[in-house]
Amino acid sequence: MSTPVSARPAPAAKEQDLTQTGAPALEVKGLVKDFHSGGLFSRASVRALGGVDLAIRKGEIVALVGESGSGKSTLARCIARLEKPTAGQILIDGTDVLKRDRFQASREYRSRLQMVFQDPFGSLNPVHRIEHFLTRSLTLHGKAGTPDQLRRRLDELMTTVGLTPDMLNSYPHELSGGQRQRVAIARALAVEPEVILADEPTSMLDVSVRIGILNLMRQLRDKQGISMLYITHDLASARYLADRIAVMFAGELVEEGESLDLLANPAHPYTRLLVSAVPDPARTGSYDPHERAALRAAVMESASCAFDGDAEQRCSATEPVRHRVGDPANEHWVRCHLYRPPATAASHALSAEPLESPDASPTDDSRTENKASA
Amino acid sequence: MTVSQTSFGSHEPVLEIKDLTVKYRGDTRSTTAVDRVSFSIGVGEIFGLAGESGCGKSTIANAIMRLLRDPAEISGGSIRFGGKDVLAMRPEELRRFRWQDVAMVFQSAMNSLNPVMTIGDQIVDIYTTHAGYTRKESLRRAAELLELVRIDPARLKSYPHQLSGGMRQRAVIAMAVALKPSLLILDEPTTALDVVVQQEIMAQIKELQRELGFSVLFITHDMSLMVELSHRMAVMYGGRIVETAKAKDIHAAPLHPYTQALMGAFPPLTGPRVPLTGLADGVKFSNIADLQEVSPAHFVSPLPALQGAQP
Repeated sequence: MSTPVSARPAPAAKEQDLTQTGAPALEVKGLVKDFHSGGLFSRASVRALGGVDLAIRKGEIVALVGESGSGKSTLARCIARLEKPTAGQILIDGTDVLKRDRFQASREYRSRLQMVFQDPFGSLNPVHRIEHFLTRSLTLHGKAGTPDQLRRRLDELMTTVGLTPDMLNSYPHELSGGQRQRVAIARALAVEPEVILADEPTSMLDVSVRIGILNLMRQLRDKQGISMLYITHDLASARYLADRIAVMFAGELVEEGESLDLLANPAHPYTRLLVSAVPDPARTGSYDPHERAALRAAVMESASCAFDGDAEQRCSATEPVRHRVGDPANEHWVRCHLYRPPATAASHALSAEPLESPDASPTDDSRTENKASA
Repeated sequence: MTVSQTSFGSHEPVLEIKDLTVKYRGDTRSTTAVDRVSFSIGVGEIFGLAGESGCGKSTIANAIMRLLRDPAEISGGSIRFGGKDVLAMRPEELRRFRWQDVAMVFQSAMNSLNPVMTIGDQIVDIYTTHAGYTRKESLRRAAELLELVRIDPARLKSYPHQLSGGMRQRAVIAMAVALKPSLLILDEPTTALDVVVQQEIMAQIKELQRELGFSVLFITHDMSLMVELSHRMAVMYGGRIVETAKAKDIHAAPLHPYTQALMGAFPPLTGPRVPLTGLADGVKFSNIADLQEVSPAHFVSPLPALQGAQP
């Protein structure tokens, strides 16, 4: 498989954006992660990520959605540098951090990117008071200052995340799940990061406090301009919080676009399957079961969307190209051979797909064909 | 969905619970997990019980099945099933009641299958033990049962680990309806599953319900799912029911602040993005009063008792 590591600039819209806000806060290019499988001497491997390209602009919230096993957590772990990617680049402010700190994340990287994990019960050491977690974060990153400044900063952090400063003396077990997750967010905020990576931050919380955490995340973006990658399996909350949604399927991003537009006009069969499966009492008319069955057959029975070289199968013979869906302002694109743009709409195969490598020539056929149908 | 609406509420109740109180006794003090809860489920009705972890909804399910063990104790109220007093049943009556009259699918029930027995043997077990069929007859019925939930009967020879999570959950549901119970209790049947599989399981349950006509007590914290599936629902908080009405009415106009917070926790998939508010951390409701009817068939615990409802 040829994984173009070169940039895949999604055309006009992004260039325009670059002039507005400069380089993206976080950018992932052609990220590949293979997991070794089998015994000690086995050379077999499983491809968990097959060349992921994703950019998060400054002050933007991007949601990464997909089901379990789609590779979204692997991507998060790679970005958090808990897992070493097989190939690809992770750029923060244009610097390739994989090249700069080759073996583990540097403190500088950590001060720019912080994580909030799924389980607030496991991520706070039970023997320490809340004050300890925040102070430690501040001290490690040299932001503690004088005792007075530290005290002020601690109070400020607690207020920012909607807790009272007197909770600094509490132990984690004295707090509810929602409060604990707020402490975890405060700890991430302590180092004043540019990007927060939140992996299912609400899935372990009681339902009635989940929305409060989402609101807090949005507020942090609005007030402090922090960019976020929100990883979730819950499409409804992704739509609620994120500016853009990227859909992951079998280790590949298959569709991406402005949240409302993407969920209103899902183009990839997998996205449509996901959207149709979400219970929504407000939705008028339920999905036609026959359509669902067809979707499921299209998506699930091919074990992956990845082109495993089977020339018989159109879906696996060549790499699909990106097609723009609808209005360019929505930056909505899909990668799928099955996608047929409606004849009237202004949809095109995005010419920016970098297939310069000569071995990718078979794709050209399908591309021209798709263009012709546009 | 369609069937359920026609059959809704027009029949006598299958299950009637009155003032059920369950306490967990400790050495020094006891906790009331379920506090004077009353509701009834009609024939062919899907009744939803919503609430968060610890609100007592699973305790109610276990109380109906008489599965509560020390230190839990039913300290008041009555449970009547088809006119019979469940709390007064003798062990042999209870045994029949438990699988033939009422069946239950537990949370992550897919992990409750015996890993060293094939699916077929486990279903055959049900028929030979509870219905007294021969092994051959049981096998035939087991194959039918799997077809009912769209699993290839060849899977009778499979062990649980050879099936996917969704298939295992469907097998468990098939086992639950094996003896054609008149009430099926589903305790968070899809919590551990992905959304696509969840949708399939729920469609399956609806279809089975249409075919076999049983009533359902559906327990979950996912309000969207509950409103889609149930005819009538109750919202529980701290062992009490705070609101009960037709699912559509609760969805359209939740009255109790707790219900509103629960509904608000599930953003819609369509329409404009509107800011939602959940329950603030640490807000507690106490002294929840008895329900009052505010509009036909819509009961709410009156608001004056909502001390501390302000964030």
